[in-house]
Amino acid sequence: MLRLENLDKQYPTGDRAVKGVNLTIPEGQVLALIGPSGAGKSTLIRCINRLVEPTSGHIWLDTQDLTRLNTAALRRARRKIGMIFQEYALVERLTVMENVLSGQLGYVNFWQSWFRKFPQSTIDEAFRLLHRVGLDSFADKRADALSGGQRQRVGIARALLQNPNLLLVDEPTASLDPKTSRQIMRLITELARERDLSVIINIHDVPLAQMFAQRIVGLRMGEVVYDGPTDGLTPDVLTQIYGEEDWTTDADSDADSEDADEAAATKTPMTSTLSDVIPGVTS
Amino acid sequence: MPVSELNGQKIWQRRDRPTAIKHWLMWLVGTLIVLWCWQIISDATTWAFVRDSPEQAMQLIARMFPPNVAYAPTLVRPLWDTLNIATLGSIMGVAIALPISFLAATNTTPHPIVRSIALLMIVTSRSINSLIWALLLVAILGPGLLAGVLAIGLRSIGFVGKLFFEAIEEIDREPVEAVTATGASELQVLSYGIVPQVLPTFVGVSVFRWDINIRESTVLGLVGAGGIGVQLSAAVNGLQWGRVCTIFIVIFLMVLFSEWVSAKARKEII
Ligand SMILES: Nc1ncnc2c1ncn2[C@@H]1O[C@H](COP(=O)(O)OP(=O)(O)OP(=O)(O)O)[C@@H](O)[C@H]1O
Ligand SMILES: [Mg+2]
Repeated sequence: MLRLENLDKQYPTGDRAVKGVNLTIPEGQVLALIGPSGAGKSTLIRCINRLVEPTSGHIWLDTQDLTRLNTAALRRARRKIGMIFQEYALVERLTVMENVLSGQLGYVNFWQSWFRKFPQSTIDEAFRLLHRVGLDSFADKRADALSGGQRQRVGIARALLQNPNLLLVDEPTASLDPKTSRQIMRLITELARERDLSVIINIHDVPLAQMFAQRIVGLRMGEVVYDGPTDGLTPDVLTQIYGEEDWTTDADSDADSEDADEAAATKTPMTSTLSDVIPGVTS
Repeated sequence: MPVSELNGQKIWQRRDRPTAIKHWLMWLVGTLIVLWCWQIISDATTWAFVRDSPEQAMQLIARMFPPNVAYAPTLVRPLWDTLNIATLGSIMGVAIALPISFLAATNTTPHPIVRSIALLMIVTSRSINSLIWALLLVAILGPGLLAGVLAIGLRSIGFVGKLFFEAIEEIDREPVEAVTATGASELQVLSYGIVPQVLPTFVGVSVFRWDINIRESTVLGLVGAGGIGVQLSAAVNGLQWGRVCTIFIVIFLMVLFSEWVSAKARKEII
């Protein structure tokens, strides 16, 4: 279980990106964090594994306060927190296998990692994960030879090789096409369910968030303005999160067609736009 | 402000009036300075010598031919020395520049003060030509190969170090964060997140510096720091122009060889 307590982050530049956020994420919950650009979503999840140092507040992972840990203890805690990035964050000149194995760096000493002498059990698990994400024959390929979707799968395998309790995911699909985006989201949420992981996913695509998350948290200017089920995102709520906009119509439809099936549009806002792009989408 | 309005029409020019005049004045002053310098140089030149220089040059070249082929075998040893000075000097330079560059790069330095010291070392090394390093070292160590190796090494630190630390500063930050986020130690972050990103540049720069060092080590002998320059200096002083020509040809062949090796190496490793 993850619990954020009055989490606050002010950058040296003066930007107060996260303002006293309180949030509890139970074991096995997939939470989608939505909000406009600059709302502080990335800052929030980076505070959790302290890639960004929080200014004040507490982060409880099970019984441990992550904000209190010294360097060595933080490293140990980070081993149990997987992270997936928008631009995949693979080391391009290393092979797929080396990238995946880097998920276990916290468990081997420097020379073992330098000579790539990982325990056989780790290598077995890496192969299992590569199979699971559909990259069976890619172990020896260099990461820069892969497509975006394939790279993100490597990123997922790397995070899961950590055998984490918590998964932090920062816009995993923002650089991918709609179909690949859905596949990646499905993969992440399936793997999370299999392993009973807590997941926080930053995402801009609201319909995708509704499709795959169990709970939505809306962030605006560093504050939580919505916290609830996926079907609670009414136009009012979306306006509260993102600001004024006509949420009930497609981007390309003009004012006269407003009366087109308003009820359905309100119940699942914005899905109509998506189903235009991908046939067979249901939410 | 380059945009102005004339009769309700928006006019865009590259520069507005005051800026244009300023530019024009700068060009005028620049041209005057060049002309003035030319005048000074011209006054300081003995034009009589310059006028017969084509003749002198022709005579010199005539004296160089034919090259003294019989002299060539005695050059094998100095040539080998030169190659060794360049290679050992390069290895020393790269070995020392490697840690310094990580201390000098903003994203890997342990502390700003350490960074300043590292930068100072790089600048010092860079600002002194290897010939001057050699002069100093010959004075300290006496003439010989060792002075040459150290001179090349000391000069290389700055060159290699600067290009190394710039490469480190230009890496992609995200993979480094990703490796950090797995709970890796700092050394592991270095070896998995940073080294693979900078390795091609490191190899390229090192080979390039070796290539330069081959050329630089041919002149170190002029100040007594070993290598083929010793023979060159002796031949020139003794007016043995046939030998000088042979030495030129041999140096040319060696540079050609180093050129080939470095091109090959870069293609192999990158
Ligand atoms: N390293 C930094 N230094 C200073 N300010 C920063 C830094 N990173 C982010 N900020 C500021 O913090 C605020 C929140 O940024 P953050 O990246 O967390 O937003 P976000 O919700 O992830 O946006 P996006 O959806 O575009 O990724 C912004 O105002 C941004 O300018
Ligand atoms: Mg972000």
